[in-house]
Amino acid sequence: MTDDEALDVIRTVLHEVAPEADLAQVGPGETLQEALDLDSIDFLNFVVGLHERTGVEIPEHDYPRLSTVQECVAYLAAAG
Amino acid sequence: MPSLGADMDSGIVSRWMVKPGDEVHRGDIVAVVETEKSTIEVEIFENGIVEEIVVPEGAEVPVGSVLARVGPGEAATVGARAPARAEAAPVEAARAPAKAARAPAIPAQAPVEAASGALPATAAPPQRPPTLPPKGVITSPVIRHVARTLGVDLSTIVGSGAGGAVTRADVEGAARVAPARASVRSSPLARRLAAETGVDLASVKGTGPGGAVVERDVRLGVPSPQEGDRVAAAATAMPMGTPMGTPTAMAPGDVGGGGNEPASTAEAGVDRQAALRHAIGALMARSKREIPHYYLSTTIDMSRASAWLERANLDRPVTKRLVMPVLLLKATALAVAQVPEMNGFMVADRFEPSRAVHVGVAVSLRSGGVIAPAVHDTDRSSLDDLMASLRDLVGRARTGVLRSSEMSDPTITVTNLGDLGVEAVFGVIYPPQVALVGFGRVAERPWASEGMLGVRPCVVATLSADHRASDGHRGGIFLSAIDRLLQEPGEL
Repeated sequence: MTDDEALDVIRTVLHEVAPEADLAQVGPGETLQEALDLDSIDFLNFVVGLHERTGVEIPEHDYPRLSTVQECVAYLAAAG
Repeated sequence: MPSLGADMDSGIVSRWMVKPGDEVHRGDIVAVVETEKSTIEVEIFENGIVEEIVVPEGAEVPVGSVLARVGPGEAATVGARAPARAEAAPVEAARAPAKAARAPAIPAQAPVEAASGALPATAAPPQRPPTLPPKGVITSPVIRHVARTLGVDLSTIVGSGAGGAVTRADVEGAARVAPARASVRSSPLARRLAAETGVDLASVKGTGPGGAVVERDVRLGVPSPQEGDRVAAAATAMPMGTPMGTPTAMAPGDVGGGGNEPASTAEAGVDRQAALRHAIGALMARSKREIPHYYLSTTIDMSRASAWLERANLDRPVTKRLVMPVLLLKATALAVAQVPEMNGFMVADRFEPSRAVHVGVAVSLRSGGVIAPAVHDTDRSSLDDLMASLRDLVGRARTGVLRSSEMSDPTITVTNLGDLGVEAVFGVIYPPQVALVGFGRVAERPWASEGMLGVRPCVVATLSADHRASDGHRGGIFLSAIDRLLQEPGEL
């Protein structure tokens, strides 16, 4: 998966999880949970969304590697 | 219009999902209602055939108003005094208010004066007690009391006593002839309140033992004078307490005449925000005014729960993973069994415990505001089921589509502000509930145990409880029970 494809998926899923959030306001290095006010259930829904769209298995201990958009892109691109 | 929370005065029927002639079953979603706080899918509690849509889309009506009529579906019963009609049963219409005005269910030739109890839509809800005898009917206080108890309308009785006076036998006879009316089971307090406020018991859905109408059901059906005025001014008022089976008279042209055109989306969003803030403010002010809160807190060692959760999630696909709030929710629900004074409702200064445990979950809305819908039968659901319910509920709360039963029946509330990083939260009880449990962030803390100092994940659990229902001692036992349950996470 290219970085652009990964970014697309991330944006789509974030929009589903937090439809009222303005993704344009979130910088690539900002922590998603803080910037978008995601709680643990939102974050789980985010991970589930990424998994369902990309097929990438994301174990729980990898959650810390998904804290920013940048990190998410890198993680998905590396995984497939 | 069902009451979808203690803070709800009125609602707007935004969409009908059914239309006259449709067959409906208990639990079906028949309408979508907008309140100050949210958009709610209204479920129906009866099986039957939709006979009539009473409130058109776009109209705002007070809690307790008849939205639609549902009958058994036999043509023969669609008469004037048809028994067994279900009120507050919503249904489609996809009609703009203006269109509804042209197509009232009751045409102009329906004589208004013949529809007992019904008023033109422009009038304020009737304030007179339904059993107050009209002029010319000779009764005594005892007879009026008997009539009220039996749910008999004295004005319908021809007296057989001296000078046409109504006797006890007349009233009891009328009660036998009108079994649909007389069979409304109700508590004495509910009957008195109904008589005082002009609410027809037969139009109230009973939630007491065996479906009996109890005080709170009547209260839910009573509009405050303010609401009455406001809604009447909007010319969309439905008469309150219209007897079952009595056609509701509507002056053609009045329905929806108040200009209920939907505002532009942006405007509506701002309005919704302001309305939500107002609704929360009003409810919380009432809570702080009426409920003598007491507060307790305890720190719970979460090392076992955290380890258990981590292990459990290792074996689970991402879609089946659990989050810590699910364990906290379940532990709270199970602890209720040991201290039932935490679970139920305060009704007229008396605590009524609830056998069912429906834990309300405080969900913060990112655009501002908080809403606490119920996870039904929390104590009897597996962790997996709870996880699924929670994900579904949070998602729908955020997008603003909840179901009527979720809004109306939480028996205790849990708020979990831990994700925001606070250590502890001392919540405000949602009336008429009597307790709220708060959980802070699960974080590592120094922990002394058996003479040793170690580092363990901990959470501060707090209890805000109503002193009218319990004392601090029982509250302490409740928090200890939650602690103990979290030490055996495999048993949850």
